[in-house]
Amino acid sequence: MSAATEASLQAVSQALAHLTDPEIPVVSLSELGILRAVREGADGVPEVVITPTYSGCPAMGQIADDILVALRDAGLPGRVVTQLAPAWTTDWMSTAAKEKLRAYGIAPPQGGSEPATTPGVLRFSRHAARPASVTCPHCGSRNTTRIAPFGSTACKAQHRCLDCLEPFDHFKPY
Amino acid sequence: MKAPIDYLLHLADNALVLGQRNAEWCGHGPILEEDLALANNSLDLIGQARLLYQHAAELINSNASLAQRFAHLQGARQDGRVTEDTLAYFRDTAEFRNHTLMELPHHGPLVGYAVSERDYAVTIARNFLVSALMVLMWDSLRASKDEQLAAIAAKSLKEVRYHLQHAGDWLVRFGDGTEESHRRAQNAIDLLLPYCEAFWHPGPAESAAAQDGTGVDILSLREHWNALVNETLAEATLTRHDQPHPGYIAQGHTGIHSEHLGFLLAEMQSLARAHPTAVW
Repeated sequence: MSAATEASLQAVSQALAHLTDPEIPVVSLSELGILRAVREGADGVPEVVITPTYSGCPAMGQIADDILVALRDAGLPGRVVTQLAPAWTTDWMSTAAKEKLRAYGIAPPQGGSEPATTPGVLRFSRHAARPASVTCPHCGSRNTTRIAPFGSTACKAQHRCLDCLEPFDHFKPY
Repeated sequence: MKAPIDYLLHLADNALVLGQRNAEWCGHGPILEEDLALANNSLDLIGQARLLYQHAAELINSNASLAQRFAHLQGARQDGRVTEDTLAYFRDTAEFRNHTLMELPHHGPLVGYAVSERDYAVTIARNFLVSALMVLMWDSLRASKDEQLAAIAAKSLKEVRYHLQHAGDWLVRFGDGTEESHRRAQNAIDLLLPYCEAFWHPGPAESAAAQDGTGVDILSLREHWNALVNETLAEATLTRHDQPHPGYIAQGHTGIHSEHLGFLLAEMQSLARAHPTAVW
Protein backbone atom coordinates (compact mmCIF):
# COMPACT_ATOMS: atom_id res chain seq x y z
CA MET A 1 0.00 0.00 0.00
CA SER A 2 1.38 3.39 -0.93
CA ALA A 3 1.94 6.08 1.70
CA ALA A 4 -0.74 8.22 0.05
CA THR A 5 -3.32 5.43 0.32
CA GLU A 6 -2.37 4.80 3.91
CA ALA A 7 -2.83 8.49 4.68
CA SER A 8 -6.25 8.59 3.03
CA LEU A 9 -7.45 5.51 4.94
CA GLN A 10 -6.11 7.12 8.11
CA ALA A 11 -8.16 10.23 7.32
CA VAL A 12 -11.29 8.10 6.88
CA SER A 13 -10.70 6.36 10.22
CA GLN A 14 -10.26 9.72 11.91
CA ALA A 15 -13.45 11.10 10.37
CA LEU A 16 -15.38 8.14 11.82
CA ALA A 17 -13.76 8.05 15.26
CA HIS A 18 -16.47 10.15 16.90
CA LEU A 19 -19.40 8.03 15.65
CA THR A 20 -21.38 6.11 18.27
CA ASP A 21 -24.21 3.61 18.31
CA PRO A 22 -27.44 5.66 18.00
CA GLU A 23 -28.97 3.78 20.94
CA ILE A 24 -25.86 3.92 23.15
CA PRO A 25 -24.25 7.31 22.51
CA VAL A 26 -21.30 6.73 24.87
CA VAL A 27 -19.47 3.96 23.04
CA SER A 28 -17.84 4.38 19.64
CA LEU A 29 -18.58 2.07 16.73
CA SER A 30 -15.09 0.59 16.83
CA GLU A 31 -15.23 0.05 20.61
CA LEU A 32 -18.49 -1.85 20.09
CA GLY A 33 -16.88 -3.97 17.39
CA ILE A 34 -19.37 -2.82 14.72
CA LEU A 35 -16.75 -0.90 12.71
CA ARG A 36 -14.38 -3.68 11.66
CA ALA A 37 -11.98 -2.11 9.20
CA VAL A 38 -11.21 0.73 6.82
CA ARG A 39 -9.56 -0.65 3.68
CA GLU A 40 -8.90 0.13 0.07
CA GLY A 41 -11.53 -1.22 -2.34
CA ALA A 42 -10.65 -2.93 -5.62
CA ASP A 43 -11.29 0.36 -7.46
CA GLY A 44 -9.17 2.39 -5.03
CA VAL A 45 -12.15 3.89 -3.15
CA PRO A 46 -11.93 3.46 0.64
CA GLU A 47 -14.32 0.87 2.08
CA VAL A 48 -15.68 1.07 5.61
CA VAL A 49 -16.45 -2.48 6.77
CA ILE A 50 -19.22 -2.86 9.34
CA THR A 51 -20.75 -5.98 10.84
CA PRO A 52 -24.31 -6.16 12.18
CA THR A 53 -24.88 -6.91 15.86
CA TYR A 54 -28.21 -8.77 15.88
CA SER A 55 -29.49 -9.90 12.45
CA GLY A 56 -32.49 -7.58 12.72
CA CYS A 57 -30.88 -4.66 14.55
CA PRO A 58 -32.74 -1.59 13.18
CA ALA A 59 -29.81 0.69 14.09
CA MET A 60 -27.65 -0.76 11.31
CA GLY A 61 -29.28 1.38 8.61
CA GLN A 62 -28.77 4.49 10.76
CA ILE A 63 -25.15 3.55 11.42
CA ALA A 64 -24.42 3.14 7.70
CA ASP A 65 -26.07 6.53 7.04
CA ASP A 66 -24.06 8.17 9.84
CA ILE A 67 -20.84 6.87 8.31
CA LEU A 68 -21.70 8.22 4.86
CA VAL A 69 -22.67 11.61 6.31
CA ALA A 70 -19.42 11.81 8.34
CA LEU A 71 -17.41 11.04 5.21
CA ARG A 72 -19.29 13.60 3.16
CA ASP A 73 -18.84 16.26 5.86
CA ALA A 74 -15.12 15.56 5.87
CA GLY A 75 -15.05 15.71 2.07
CA LEU A 76 -13.76 12.16 1.80
CA PRO A 77 -14.76 9.47 -0.69
CA GLY A 78 -15.83 6.06 0.61
CA ARG A 79 -18.55 3.46 0.80
CA VAL A 80 -19.96 1.11 3.43
CA VAL A 81 -19.55 -2.66 3.11
CA THR A 82 -21.47 -5.04 5.37
CA GLN A 83 -19.69 -8.24 6.34
CA LEU A 84 -21.24 -11.06 8.38
CA ALA A 85 -18.26 -13.29 9.15
CA PRO A 86 -16.81 -13.56 11.69
CA ALA A 87 -20.11 -13.07 13.51
CA TRP A 88 -20.18 -10.10 15.84
CA THR A 89 -19.72 -10.97 19.50
CA THR A 90 -19.75 -8.98 22.71
CA ASP A 91 -16.39 -10.62 23.50
CA TRP A 92 -14.83 -7.99 21.19
CA MET A 93 -15.87 -5.15 23.50
CA SER A 94 -12.86 -3.57 25.21
CA THR A 95 -12.63 -3.18 28.99
CA ALA A 96 -12.75 0.58 28.53
CA ALA A 97 -15.94 0.29 26.49
CA LYS A 98 -17.51 -1.92 29.16
CA GLU A 99 -16.69 0.67 31.80
CA LYS A 100 -18.31 3.41 29.66
CA LEU A 101 -21.44 1.29 29.38
CA ARG A 102 -21.53 0.75 33.13
CA ALA A 103 -21.08 4.47 33.83
CA TYR A 104 -23.99 5.13 31.40
CA GLY A 105 -26.21 2.80 33.49
CA ILE A 106 -26.09 -0.33 31.32
CA ALA A 107 -24.57 -3.44 32.89
CA PRO A 108 -21.91 -4.60 30.39
CA PRO A 109 -22.07 -8.16 29.02
CA GLN A 110 -21.14 -10.59 31.76
CA GLY A 111 -20.20 -14.17 30.96
CA GLY A 112 -18.83 -15.38 27.62
CA SER A 113 -20.89 -15.45 24.45
CA GLU A 114 -20.57 -19.23 24.09
CA PRO A 115 -22.28 -21.60 26.54
CA ALA A 116 -19.46 -22.68 28.84
CA THR A 117 -20.62 -26.24 29.44
CA THR A 118 -19.80 -29.52 27.72
CA PRO A 119 -19.71 -29.64 23.92
CA GLY A 120 -22.52 -31.15 21.91
CA VAL A 121 -25.90 -29.69 21.22
CA LEU A 122 -27.48 -30.55 24.54
CA ARG A 123 -25.41 -27.79 26.12
CA PHE A 124 -28.24 -25.51 25.06
CA SER A 125 -30.55 -27.01 27.65
CA ARG A 126 -32.16 -24.37 29.74
CA HIS A 127 -30.36 -24.99 33.00
CA ALA A 128 -26.90 -24.93 31.47
CA ALA A 129 -27.72 -21.61 29.83
CA ARG A 130 -29.09 -19.93 32.96
CA PRO A 131 -27.06 -16.75 33.44
CA ALA A 132 -25.22 -15.95 36.66
CA SER A 133 -26.40 -12.83 38.47
CA VAL A 134 -25.41 -9.56 36.85
CA THR A 135 -23.64 -6.79 38.77
CA CYS A 136 -25.73 -3.64 39.28
CA PRO A 137 -24.20 -0.74 37.30
CA HIS A 138 -25.41 1.76 39.90
CA CYS A 139 -24.31 0.38 43.28
CA GLY A 140 -22.11 -2.59 42.32
CA SER A 141 -24.24 -5.16 44.17
CA ARG A 142 -24.45 -8.69 42.79
CA ASN A 143 -27.78 -9.17 44.53
CA THR A 144 -29.83 -8.63 41.37
CA THR A 145 -32.59 -10.41 39.51
CA ARG A 146 -33.70 -10.58 35.89
CA ILE A 147 -37.09 -9.00 35.25
CA ALA A 148 -37.32 -9.97 31.59
CA PRO A 149 -35.02 -11.66 29.07
CA PHE A 150 -35.76 -9.01 26.43
CA GLY A 151 -35.70 -5.24 26.64
CA SER A 152 -35.87 -1.96 24.78
CA THR A 153 -33.41 -3.04 22.07
CA ALA A 154 -32.40 -6.42 20.68
CA CYS A 155 -29.10 -6.39 22.60
CA LYS A 156 -30.48 -5.78 26.09
CA ALA A 157 -32.38 -7.56 28.89
CA GLN A 158 -34.04 -5.98 31.91
CA HIS A 159 -32.74 -6.56 35.43
CA ARG A 160 -33.34 -5.07 38.86
CA CYS A 161 -31.06 -4.53 41.83
CA LEU A 162 -32.41 -5.96 45.07
CA ASP A 163 -30.17 -3.69 47.16
CA CYS A 164 -30.52 -0.21 45.62
CA LEU A 165 -33.86 -1.27 44.03
CA GLU A 166 -33.03 0.42 40.70
CA PRO A 167 -33.98 -1.29 37.46
CA PHE A 168 -31.26 -1.46 34.81
CA ASP A 169 -30.48 -2.85 31.36
CA HIS A 170 -27.99 -5.66 30.85
CA PHE A 171 -26.14 -5.80 27.52
CA LYS A 172 -26.61 -9.51 26.79
CA PRO A 173 -23.57 -11.66 25.97
CA TYR A 174 -23.90 -12.53 22.27
CA MET B 1 -20.35 -22.38 -3.82
CA LYS B 2 -24.01 -21.41 -3.39
CA ALA B 3 -26.86 -23.36 -1.83
CA PRO B 4 -29.83 -24.24 -4.12
CA ILE B 5 -32.21 -21.29 -4.43
CA ASP B 6 -35.18 -23.25 -3.08
CA TYR B 7 -33.20 -24.21 -0.01
CA LEU B 8 -32.36 -20.56 0.72
CA LEU B 9 -36.01 -19.64 0.20
CA HIS B 10 -37.09 -22.49 2.50
CA LEU B 11 -34.90 -21.14 5.31
CA ALA B 12 -35.85 -17.53 4.62
CA ASP B 13 -39.58 -18.24 4.37
CA ASN B 14 -39.53 -20.21 7.63
CA ALA B 15 -38.01 -17.22 9.39
CA LEU B 16 -40.21 -14.59 7.74
CA VAL B 17 -43.54 -16.38 8.18
CA LEU B 18 -42.93 -17.23 11.83
CA GLY B 19 -41.60 -13.71 12.43
CA GLN B 20 -44.76 -12.23 10.92
CA ARG B 21 -46.98 -14.59 12.94
CA ASN B 22 -45.27 -13.79 16.22
CA ALA B 23 -45.40 -10.08 15.48
CA GLU B 24 -49.20 -10.33 15.86
CA TRP B 25 -48.56 -10.19 19.59
CA CYS B 26 -47.04 -6.73 19.33
CA GLY B 27 -49.30 -4.57 21.47
CA HIS B 28 -51.38 -7.61 22.49
CA GLY B 29 -48.98 -9.61 24.67
CA PRO B 30 -50.41 -11.28 27.77
CA ILE B 31 -47.98 -9.21 29.86
CA LEU B 32 -45.71 -6.33 28.90
CA GLU B 33 -42.51 -8.38 29.19
CA GLU B 34 -43.84 -11.02 26.81
CA ASP B 35 -45.05 -8.37 24.41
CA LEU B 36 -41.43 -7.15 24.26
CA ALA B 37 -40.10 -10.69 24.07
CA LEU B 38 -42.20 -11.64 21.05
CA ALA B 39 -41.45 -8.35 19.26
CA ASN B 40 -37.73 -9.02 19.81
CA ASN B 41 -38.13 -12.62 18.67
CA SER B 42 -39.78 -11.37 15.46
CA LEU B 43 -37.07 -8.78 14.95
CA ASP B 44 -34.43 -11.53 15.06
CA LEU B 45 -36.40 -13.79 12.72
CA ILE B 46 -37.15 -11.06 10.19
CA GLY B 47 -33.50 -10.00 10.37
CA GLN B 48 -32.43 -13.56 9.57
CA ALA B 49 -34.96 -13.67 6.74
CA ARG B 50 -33.56 -10.44 5.29
CA LEU B 51 -30.01 -11.80 5.22
CA LEU B 52 -31.22 -14.97 3.53
CA TYR B 53 -33.36 -13.13 0.95
CA GLN B 54 -30.46 -10.79 0.15
CA HIS B 55 -28.30 -13.82 -0.45
CA ALA B 56 -31.01 -15.47 -2.56
CA ALA B 57 -31.52 -12.26 -4.57
CA GLU B 58 -27.81 -12.10 -5.38
CA LEU B 59 -27.91 -15.69 -6.55
CA ILE B 60 -30.92 -15.01 -8.79
CA ASN B 61 -29.34 -11.88 -10.27
CA SER B 62 -26.14 -13.68 -11.15
CA ASN B 63 -27.71 -16.70 -12.84
CA ALA B 64 -29.56 -16.39 -16.17
CA SER B 65 -31.85 -19.38 -15.76
CA LEU B 66 -32.85 -18.30 -12.23
CA ALA B 67 -33.39 -14.74 -13.47
CA GLN B 68 -35.75 -16.24 -16.06
CA ARG B 69 -37.60 -18.28 -13.45
CA PHE B 70 -38.19 -15.20 -11.27
CA ALA B 71 -38.87 -12.83 -14.19
CA HIS B 72 -42.59 -12.70 -13.32
CA LEU B 73 -41.73 -10.89 -10.06
CA GLN B 74 -41.39 -7.24 -11.01
CA GLY B 75 -42.09 -5.51 -7.69
CA ALA B 76 -39.44 -3.78 -5.57
CA ARG B 77 -36.70 -4.28 -8.15
CA GLN B 78 -33.66 -2.03 -8.05
CA ASP B 79 -32.21 -1.15 -11.47
CA GLY B 80 -34.08 -4.17 -12.77
CA ARG B 81 -32.53 -6.49 -10.22
CA VAL B 82 -34.41 -8.70 -7.76
CA THR B 83 -34.15 -7.46 -4.13
CA GLU B 84 -35.01 -8.98 -0.75
CA ASP B 85 -38.35 -7.13 -0.93
CA THR B 86 -39.17 -8.63 -4.34
CA LEU B 87 -38.95 -12.06 -2.76
CA ALA B 88 -40.76 -11.24 0.48
CA TYR B 89 -43.60 -9.13 -0.88
CA PHE B 90 -44.31 -10.24 -4.44
CA ARG B 91 -44.37 -14.03 -4.37
CA ASP B 92 -47.71 -15.77 -3.89
CA THR B 93 -48.67 -18.55 -1.50
CA ALA B 94 -47.63 -21.48 -3.68
CA GLU B 95 -44.15 -20.00 -4.12
CA PHE B 96 -43.45 -19.98 -0.39
CA ARG B 97 -41.38 -22.88 0.92
CA ASN B 98 -41.90 -22.57 4.67
CA HIS B 99 -43.09 -25.42 6.84
CA THR B 100 -46.85 -25.38 7.42
CA LEU B 101 -46.13 -25.22 11.17
CA MET B 102 -44.86 -21.64 10.82
CA GLU B 103 -48.05 -20.27 9.25
CA LEU B 104 -50.64 -21.78 11.61
CA PRO B 105 -52.57 -19.25 13.68
CA HIS B 106 -51.99 -18.92 17.43
CA HIS B 107 -54.86 -21.29 18.18
CA GLY B 108 -56.35 -24.66 17.29
CA PRO B 109 -59.30 -25.18 14.94
CA LEU B 110 -62.21 -22.86 15.64
CA VAL B 111 -65.84 -23.42 14.72
CA GLY B 112 -68.55 -20.90 13.96
CA TYR B 113 -67.65 -17.29 13.41
CA ALA B 114 -63.89 -17.11 13.23
CA VAL B 115 -63.19 -14.75 16.08
CA SER B 116 -59.57 -14.42 16.97
CA GLU B 117 -58.69 -16.59 19.93
CA ARG B 118 -54.95 -16.26 20.25
CA ASP B 119 -53.63 -18.71 22.82
CA TYR B 120 -50.18 -17.97 24.20
CA ALA B 121 -49.63 -21.66 24.91
CA VAL B 122 -49.75 -22.33 21.15
CA THR B 123 -47.28 -19.50 20.52
CA ILE B 124 -44.85 -20.80 23.13
CA ALA B 125 -45.18 -24.45 22.11
CA ARG B 126 -44.47 -23.58 18.46
CA ASN B 127 -41.53 -21.34 19.31
CA PHE B 128 -40.11 -24.11 21.43
CA LEU B 129 -40.50 -26.84 18.78
CA VAL B 130 -39.13 -24.61 16.01
CA SER B 131 -36.25 -23.19 18.07
CA ALA B 132 -35.19 -26.70 19.08
CA LEU B 133 -34.89 -27.52 15.37
CA MET B 134 -33.24 -24.27 14.37
CA VAL B 135 -30.57 -24.45 17.07
CA LEU B 136 -29.50 -27.78 15.56
CA MET B 137 -29.88 -26.57 11.95
CA TRP B 138 -27.87 -23.37 12.37
CA ASP B 139 -25.25 -25.21 14.40
CA SER B 140 -24.71 -27.63 11.49
CA LEU B 141 -25.04 -24.97 8.80
CA ARG B 142 -22.03 -23.12 10.22
CA ALA B 143 -20.09 -25.73 8.23
CA SER B 144 -22.04 -25.12 4.99
CA LYS B 145 -19.99 -25.00 1.80
CA ASP B 146 -21.98 -21.86 0.96
CA GLU B 147 -19.83 -19.36 2.86
CA GLN B 148 -22.49 -16.68 3.11
CA LEU B 149 -25.01 -19.20 4.42
CA ALA B 150 -22.43 -20.37 6.98
CA ALA B 151 -21.96 -16.74 8.10
CA ILE B 152 -25.72 -16.26 8.45
CA ALA B 153 -25.91 -19.52 10.43
CA ALA B 154 -23.24 -18.39 12.90
CA LYS B 155 -25.24 -15.23 13.66
CA SER B 156 -28.63 -16.90 13.73
CA LEU B 157 -27.45 -19.61 16.10
CA LYS B 158 -26.70 -17.03 18.79
CA GLU B 159 -30.20 -15.61 18.46
CA VAL B 160 -32.14 -18.84 18.29
CA ARG B 161 -30.40 -20.27 21.36
CA TYR B 162 -31.94 -17.43 23.29
CA HIS B 163 -35.35 -18.08 21.73
CA LEU B 164 -35.10 -21.74 22.76
CA GLN B 165 -34.33 -20.78 26.32
CA HIS B 166 -37.20 -18.30 26.44
CA ALA B 167 -39.79 -20.67 24.96
CA GLY B 168 -38.51 -23.64 27.00
CA ASP B 169 -38.82 -21.65 30.24
CA TRP B 170 -42.41 -20.76 29.50
CA LEU B 171 -43.35 -24.24 28.35
CA VAL B 172 -42.21 -25.64 31.71
CA ARG B 173 -44.02 -22.86 33.52
CA PHE B 174 -47.24 -23.60 31.65
CA GLY B 175 -46.98 -27.39 31.74
CA ASP B 176 -45.97 -27.57 35.38
CA GLY B 177 -48.27 -24.70 36.34
CA THR B 178 -51.98 -24.57 37.04
CA GLU B 179 -54.56 -27.05 35.85
CA GLU B 180 -55.64 -24.68 33.09
CA SER B 181 -52.13 -23.77 31.91
CA HIS B 182 -51.22 -27.47 31.86
CA ARG B 183 -54.29 -28.35 29.81
CA ARG B 184 -53.66 -25.56 27.30
CA ALA B 185 -49.96 -26.42 26.97
CA GLN B 186 -50.81 -30.08 26.43
CA ASN B 187 -53.43 -29.17 23.82
CA ALA B 188 -50.91 -26.94 22.05
CA ILE B 189 -48.28 -29.68 21.98
CA ASP B 190 -50.87 -32.19 20.73
CA LEU B 191 -51.95 -29.75 18.02
CA LEU B 192 -48.46 -28.85 16.78
CA LEU B 193 -46.31 -31.96 17.17
CA PRO B 194 -47.87 -33.76 14.17
CA TYR B 195 -46.82 -30.82 11.94
CA CYS B 196 -43.20 -31.35 13.06
CA GLU B 197 -43.20 -34.69 11.25
CA ALA B 198 -42.71 -32.65 8.06
CA PHE B 199 -39.22 -31.71 9.29
CA TRP B 200 -38.13 -35.29 8.62
CA HIS B 201 -39.54 -35.50 5.09
CA PRO B 202 -37.22 -33.14 3.20
CA GLY B 203 -38.26 -31.71 -0.13
CA PRO B 204 -36.07 -31.95 -3.26
CA ALA B 205 -34.17 -28.71 -2.50
CA GLU B 206 -33.31 -29.83 1.02
CA SER B 207 -32.06 -33.17 -0.27
CA ALA B 208 -30.01 -31.50 -3.00
CA ALA B 209 -28.44 -29.11 -0.48
CA ALA B 210 -27.61 -31.98 1.88
CA GLN B 211 -26.04 -33.82 -1.08
CA ASP B 212 -23.72 -31.01 -2.19
CA GLY B 213 -22.67 -29.96 1.31
CA THR B 214 -24.36 -26.54 1.31
CA GLY B 215 -27.22 -27.83 3.44
CA VAL B 216 -27.66 -30.20 6.33
CA ASP B 217 -28.95 -33.77 6.30
CA ILE B 218 -32.02 -33.03 8.38
CA LEU B 219 -32.51 -36.66 9.39
CA SER B 220 -29.17 -36.58 11.19
CA LEU B 221 -30.68 -34.03 13.60
CA ARG B 222 -33.78 -36.02 14.45
CA GLU B 223 -32.38 -37.85 17.45
CA HIS B 224 -31.02 -34.65 19.01
CA TRP B 225 -34.27 -32.84 18.40
CA ASN B 226 -36.20 -35.64 20.08
CA ALA B 227 -33.83 -35.53 23.05
CA LEU B 228 -34.23 -31.75 23.43
CA VAL B 229 -38.02 -31.95 23.11
CA ASN B 230 -38.44 -34.97 25.37
CA GLU B 231 -36.23 -33.49 28.09
CA THR B 232 -38.23 -30.27 28.28
CA LEU B 233 -41.63 -31.94 27.93
CA ALA B 234 -40.74 -34.27 30.82
CA GLU B 235 -39.79 -31.30 32.97
CA ALA B 236 -43.02 -29.59 31.94
CA THR B 237 -45.00 -32.75 32.92
CA LEU B 238 -46.36 -32.88 29.36
CA THR B 239 -46.85 -36.01 27.28
CA ARG B 240 -46.08 -36.79 23.64
CA HIS B 241 -48.94 -38.38 21.75
CA ASP B 242 -47.44 -38.16 18.27
CA GLN B 243 -45.73 -41.56 18.07
CA PRO B 244 -46.42 -43.38 15.86
CA HIS B 245 -47.35 -40.46 13.62
CA PRO B 246 -51.08 -40.52 12.91
CA GLY B 247 -51.20 -39.76 9.20
CA TYR B 248 -51.03 -36.75 6.91
CA ILE B 249 -47.65 -35.10 6.65
CA ALA B 250 -47.78 -31.34 6.10
CA GLN B 251 -46.37 -30.18 2.74
CA GLY B 252 -45.72 -26.46 3.20
CA HIS B 253 -42.03 -26.81 2.38
CA THR B 254 -42.93 -28.08 -1.09
CA GLY B 255 -45.36 -25.21 -1.69
CA ILE B 256 -48.63 -26.88 -0.68
CA HIS B 257 -49.86 -24.80 2.24
CA SER B 258 -52.70 -24.65 4.71
CA GLU B 259 -55.49 -22.10 4.20
CA HIS B 260 -53.79 -19.81 6.73
CA LEU B 261 -50.76 -18.68 4.74
CA GLY B 262 -52.79 -16.70 2.19
CA PHE B 263 -54.34 -14.51 4.87
CA LEU B 264 -50.99 -13.95 6.54
CA LEU B 265 -49.38 -12.93 3.24
CA ALA B 266 -52.32 -10.73 2.28
CA GLU B 267 -51.82 -8.72 5.44
CA MET B 268 -48.03 -8.64 5.18
CA GLN B 269 -47.81 -7.86 1.47
CA SER B 270 -50.74 -5.51 0.91
CA LEU B 271 -48.84 -2.29 1.60
CA ALA B 272 -45.88 -3.14 -0.62
CA ARG B 273 -48.22 -4.22 -3.44
CA ALA B 274 -50.50 -1.18 -3.16
CA HIS B 275 -47.49 1.18 -3.25
CA PRO B 276 -44.81 -0.75 -5.11
CA THR B 277 -42.51 2.25 -5.50
CA ALA B 278 -42.92 3.60 -1.96
CA VAL B 279 -39.74 4.58 -0.12
CA TRP B 280 -39.41 5.43 3.55
